[in-house]
Amino acid sequence: MREYTNMELQIKSVKYRISVLKYIKMANTGHTGGSLSCIDILNVLYNDVLNVFPENFSDPDRDRYIQSKGHAVEALYVVLADRGFYSESDLETLCKYKSPYVGHPTRKVNGIEFNTGALGHGLPISAGIALAGKKDNKSYRVFTLIGDGELAEGSNWEAAMMAAHYKLNNLIAILDHNALQITGRTDEVCSPYPIVDKWKAFGWNVALVEGHNISALRKILNKTPIASEKPALIIADTVKGKGVSYMENEKKWHHGVPSDEEYELAIKELEAKLN
Amino acid sequence: MKITDKLIPGKANLEVYCDTLMELASNDSNILTVTSDSRGSGKLIPFAEKFPKQIVEVGIAEQNLVGVSAGLASTGKKVFAASPGCFLSTRALEQIKNDVAYSNYPVNLVGISSGVSYGALSTTHHSLHDVAALRAINNITIVVPADNFETKETIKAAAASTKPFYIKFGKKNMPHLHAKNDRFEIGKASTIIDGNDVAFIACGETVLPAVEAAKMLKKDGIKARVISMHTIKPLDTESILKSAEECKAVITVEEHSINGGLGEACASTIIEAGLFVPFKRMGIPDEETVAGSQNEIFEHYGISASGLSIVAKSLLR
Repeated sequence: MREYTNMELQIKSVKYRISVLKYIKMANTGHTGGSLSCIDILNVLYNDVLNVFPENFSDPDRDRYIQSKGHAVEALYVVLADRGFYSESDLETLCKYKSPYVGHPTRKVNGIEFNTGALGHGLPISAGIALAGKKDNKSYRVFTLIGDGELAEGSNWEAAMMAAHYKLNNLIAILDHNALQITGRTDEVCSPYPIVDKWKAFGWNVALVEGHNISALRKILNKTPIASEKPALIIADTVKGKGVSYMENEKKWHHGVPSDEEYELAIKELEAKLN
Repeated sequence: MKITDKLIPGKANLEVYCDTLMELASNDSNILTVTSDSRGSGKLIPFAEKFPKQIVEVGIAEQNLVGVSAGLASTGKKVFAASPGCFLSTRALEQIKNDVAYSNYPVNLVGISSGVSYGALSTTHHSLHDVAALRAINNITIVVPADNFETKETIKAAAASTKPFYIKFGKKNMPHLHAKNDRFEIGKASTIIDGNDVAFIACGETVLPAVEAAKMLKKDGIKARVISMHTIKPLDTESILKSAEECKAVITVEEHSINGGLGEACASTIIEAGLFVPFKRMGIPDEETVAGSQNEIFEHYGISASGLSIVAKSLLR
C-alpha cells in the first residue's frame, strides 16, 4: 500500500467531498450529511489501514469493511472508485435506472462485501466474519461503521453481547458520532447516552477519536487489536455535513440535495481548501 | 409407496436432520450449526457433543443469529442456523431478507418445531406464516420435508448449495413414505401414491394425513393421488398442472395459514394456466388457532384422514 502523508490524505478528503456532492447533485438524491461526516474515516481506512485492493478482493485473508450505516453509500462509492475498484465516472449513473450504484451498498458494486442499508445489520454480520476469522486462525480484521442514531436498533446490542462473549478482538466498530439523525439531535430523539459506559458494560474496549483529524484517525485505526481479548468501539466525533459550512450540524442535510446555487457555493468553499 | 403398504415407523425429521449434519460435519470442518439457545429443541445435543468446535451459540437473539450466520457464510462456512420457526421467520425476517437472501450468502435457515408442533404453547410459538413471508422474498429456496428420507436429502442438498435455504421441520416421528429407490430433487415434487380421482398436494407432516385419507378413500373406490410438494419455492408447477389435468379435484394440505402458503401457490399456478378444477385449501384458517396438541389442532381443522376424506368426497360429488 502506498504511504500517504497526512497532507495528501487531507487533500483526498476534500476531493472526496467534492465528488460526493457532484454525484448526489447529478442523481438529485443521496445522503449528503452522513456521507460528509464519515468520509475522513473511510479515507483513512481505505488508504492507510485496510489491506483491501481490487486485486485481492476475493482473498480470504483480506480485512473486511462492512458499512452498517448504508445510507452514507455515496462516501463509500467515491472512496472505492479512488481505490481503483471502478472508474469514478461510473458514478454518473448513481441511482439511475438499472445502475448498480443504488442508494445503499450492494455487492453488485465491486469492493462491497454485504448489501446493507437497513440499520442494525452491520455489527451482527461483522461479528460473524470476525468469529470465522478466529475459528480459522486468520489475522484479518473486521471494521464496521455504525451511526449514532442506529444505536437504537436492538440487534446492535445482541451482537455487542455476543462479540464480547467470544472475545472478538479482531472486530472494530467505528461510531460515526455526528449526534444528529433525520428527526433531530440524537440525544433528543431517543438518547443513546452514555455511550462509553454502555459499551464498556457490554465488555468492549472503547476509544475516542476526533473523526475529522486524519492524523488521529490513522493512529487509532492502525492500532488494532486495541485490547487483547475485547472487541473495540471507536467513537469518532464528527460533524454532519462536515466541510460545507452551511450544511454542518443541520439536520435538513441528512438527505438534502443542494440547489444549483447552493451547490456552486459548496464546491467553491471546498475548492478553496485545495489552493 | 403402494397404497396397500403398511406404514413403517421412522424418527422425527429433526433427529434425522442432526444425524445428517453429523455425517456431513465429520468430513467437512466448514459445516457449522448456529443456535439461539435452541440446541435442545433442535435435537442438536449429539452434534454439540461430537463437534464442539462446529457449533456456535449466540443466545436467545434471533436477529443476531441470522446476521452472524450470514457473516460466517460469507467466509465460506456452510452454515445451518437453527431456531424455532416461529422466531426465526418473524423476528429475524429482515436479516433473512437482507443479510442472507439479498446479499446472497448460502445460509441454511432451519425452522425447528415449526407449524403447530408446539401445540398448546399456542400462537406465540406457532409458525403458520413463515412460508407466506418467505415466499415473497427473492432468492431463497423453501423446503418442507415430509419424512426422514426427504429430510436427509434436503440437508445434503442444502449443504452443497451456494444459495440460501429455509427448511422447516416439526417434532413428530414420521413414518417412511418413500420407497427405497426413490429419487429426490429440490424443486421436483414426489408422488407418494398415484391415483386419478382426487389429488392431495401436501407438504411436511401433513403428507401423512393425506396418505391416511387416500387409504380411507380407497375403501370407497376413490383413487387418491398424494404428492409431497416438499419444495415450495421453486415450485414444481409441472406436477401441480399434471394433477389439475389428470384428477377431478385438487386439495392442498399444509401446516400453515391457508393464506399465502402452498395452497395459494398451487391455486395461482392452476388459474394462470387457464385450468379449472374443483379445489380446496386445507390448512389453518384466518382465526386465532384453537388450543390443543398438534394432533388435536389437525383434527379440529380437518387435516386428518377423515377430514380430508370428507372434503375429497364433497369436491367429487
